[in-house]
Amino acid sequence: MATATAHHENSNYLNHEKGLWSWLTTLDHKRIGLLYFITVALFFLVGGIFALLIRTELYSVGETIMTAEQYARVMTYHGAVMVFLVIIPGIPAFLGNFFLPIQIGAKDVAFPRLNLLSWYCLLLGAGIALTSLFFGGADTGWTFYTPYSIKHSPAVICMALGVFVAGFSSILTGLNFVVTTHKLRAPGMTMNRIPLFVWALYSTAIIQVLATPVLGITVLLLAAENIFGIGFFDPALGGDPVLFQHFFWFYSHPAVYIMILPAFGVISELITTFARKTIFGYTAIAYSSLAIAAVSFFVWGHHMFVSGQSEFAGIVFSFLTMLVGVPTAIKLFNWMATLYKGSINLSAPMLYALGFMFLFTIGGVTGIFLATIATDVHFHDTYFVVAHFHYVMVGGTLMSIMGRDLLLVPENVWSSLQRCLGTCFIRVHLRWLQRHVLSAVYSWIAGHAPSLLRLPA
Amino acid sequence: MSFKPLVLLSLLLPGVAGASTFMPPAATVTAGEVDSIYAFLLITSLVSFIILIGGMIFFVFKYKRKSATDKTAYITHDHTLEFVWSFIPFLIFMFVFAWGWKIYHDMRHSPEGALEVHVMAKKWDWRFLYKNGKEVTSSLNDKGQKEPATMVVPVGKPVKLIMASEKISAGSTDPMDRPVLHSFFLPAARIKQDVVPGRYTTMWFQLDQPGDYWVFCTEFCGSGHSAMKARISAVPMADFEKWLAAEGSGEMSLADKGRALYSSKACAGCHSADGTRVVGPSFKASWGKSRDVEGGGKVTVDENYVRESILNPNAKVAAGYPAGVMPTFAGQLSDDDVKALIEFIKTLK
Repeated sequence: MATATAHHENSNYLNHEKGLWSWLTTLDHKRIGLLYFITVALFFLVGGIFALLIRTELYSVGETIMTAEQYARVMTYHGAVMVFLVIIPGIPAFLGNFFLPIQIGAKDVAFPRLNLLSWYCLLLGAGIALTSLFFGGADTGWTFYTPYSIKHSPAVICMALGVFVAGFSSILTGLNFVVTTHKLRAPGMTMNRIPLFVWALYSTAIIQVLATPVLGITVLLLAAENIFGIGFFDPALGGDPVLFQHFFWFYSHPAVYIMILPAFGVISELITTFARKTIFGYTAIAYSSLAIAAVSFFVWGHHMFVSGQSEFAGIVFSFLTMLVGVPTAIKLFNWMATLYKGSINLSAPMLYALGFMFLFTIGGVTGIFLATIATDVHFHDTYFVVAHFHYVMVGGTLMSIMGRDLLLVPENVWSSLQRCLGTCFIRVHLRWLQRHVLSAVYSWIAGHAPSLLRLPA
Repeated sequence: MSFKPLVLLSLLLPGVAGASTFMPPAATVTAGEVDSIYAFLLITSLVSFIILIGGMIFFVFKYKRKSATDKTAYITHDHTLEFVWSFIPFLIFMFVFAWGWKIYHDMRHSPEGALEVHVMAKKWDWRFLYKNGKEVTSSLNDKGQKEPATMVVPVGKPVKLIMASEKISAGSTDPMDRPVLHSFFLPAARIKQDVVPGRYTTMWFQLDQPGDYWVFCTEFCGSGHSAMKARISAVPMADFEKWLAAEGSGEMSLADKGRALYSSKACAGCHSADGTRVVGPSFKASWGKSRDVEGGGKVTVDENYVRESILNPNAKVAAGYPAGVMPTFAGQLSDDDVKALIEFIKTLK
């Protein structure tokens, strides 16, 4: 049956098999990409609702719509859902699955069944994690810092196990991409010719494969401590709470590059497409992705400058963090140079790309404030960090996802809808951008509230 | 065209020069140094931002698509240019790294002769214990509202905090009542340090302006986290001494309490206070010294080592002394008892 319809001239990956079952058992990388898109979009809505609840609560001083206990939970779920279920799978698993094989001339990814399994891992992990809501919810923050998170609570255990299972989704996707990039390139498609998006995915995949298992082990130890009372992290049982932070950030710092590196790849493509130019400094951009991936493993301690780690460790991590700034700066300058003498079409996706550069530059320079150890001691754990992170994750990753998604609309639909979509999205974009900048500026100011409000002494 | 960015910059600079107004009032020398590096970073960031985003906007308008058949230049790379924009940021990063390191070094090393105060954090309150036994806690005012604990310190004298996390109620056996992470943040001094269960962390500051300063907890510790505040009141030395000796001060100093424990808990049986060798190392003149431990390695006799040796005696045994002799005193000594013993050992010069 399938072969009969496959030869039909209007047949494509969307209609050559029909029905829900064909989607749930599909091994087609494009279909799996779309499954991821639907899943991630759904969780984006969920995480967004939690964000709206946070903003609403912060509308006025004191209790607006929820108690402190509820607020701590909403904050936790906003962070955990957005990080683990939206931004990490957002680009690699959706756009990566869809385009990686196409861009290197492969029929599919190397392991299609693993690819489908990874989607089920994400669903299962998300399901387990969100079950915690029925146990009163976890209030630990998305970082699960011990010993606060050791409370023998089923909610924390569910969150930890959910993250553990969802982590396999990331590992399997990364594994697939590394093998696909190495083994399935079309003849003549050498590593120095692959599109920059593939370079970005490849660098990301290396981090996913090497770092995610550490997170898996960490949350498993956390779950074991919660269930069986084994003293890994609780000093009362002979554990070390700072050890948890080392484990956690050993994954979670490289993880922010899982979140942002693919976005760099997307932006390289959007800018070249809509400026009608060859990328400026292909080699520099490609290898700076690899450099970022490599150095990202050695900077986790910059989350711990005031955690009680030694002075020497703090200094070394500050130095290494500064090194990450260089390849990041290279990328921004190269994108700007790509615009030079181009033919720039200010269509909606390009506006997202330019908006990315605007917001990500702010995210980048505020990162230097935090890498500088003396200023970090002051800014650590304040809204300054929250603003920096959101500039990078929203201004960076989400902007690139949205810009790239616009191009997924099939071309014939695209052209007939272009005017409508263009104007509509420009408006939405501008309004959203403005709102984001305002809220980030607000966050910045709120970080300095003690001085601005002149708190009574 | 060429002077336009300069005009823009000159408009921005006064705002940046007032950058320190984005920071809380600076009350220590270190805070002033942090503000300088902050202002430098802010100006550098603004200049970089204007170059990058200004360049981007300029190109977008200059090279906007005019027709569907526009010709574009074929430019693949330029090694000189790429080197310049990699190397200049690198130099700037190394400069701020070194500058930040210098200030951080000052933050981490307290001067000799600092006034030492013990700080205890719990869910969700601060408690301060002075060496003479005076204790400061939060209180309830006439309206039944919580008044945060106010630590009084002398102006112009370095103060060193020895911080520990404790249970909500001392001696509680409730497994849910466990010490958690907190963080002591004094914005006026631009310093912050996590308070970690199971060990002591330290920080120091020297307030040069009399006045009251807020302390915040900056490590999420539960629903009362945002209300977990304390105050520091910096007063002239004479006033401080008067306050310290005034009513409400402890009945005996920490060192005296430690001396009493030294006898009553039979520490004296194995550890002499006069330098003679009994079973274990003498306490005399041990404080701050570097000591060899069994199995190699060295350890400095400080708060954390003494605490560990009391609660887990066989973790680091002094070289040349028998292991496995001393029993643990965990459960027999309260957290405050351990602090008292530490203060007693400090006095045995």
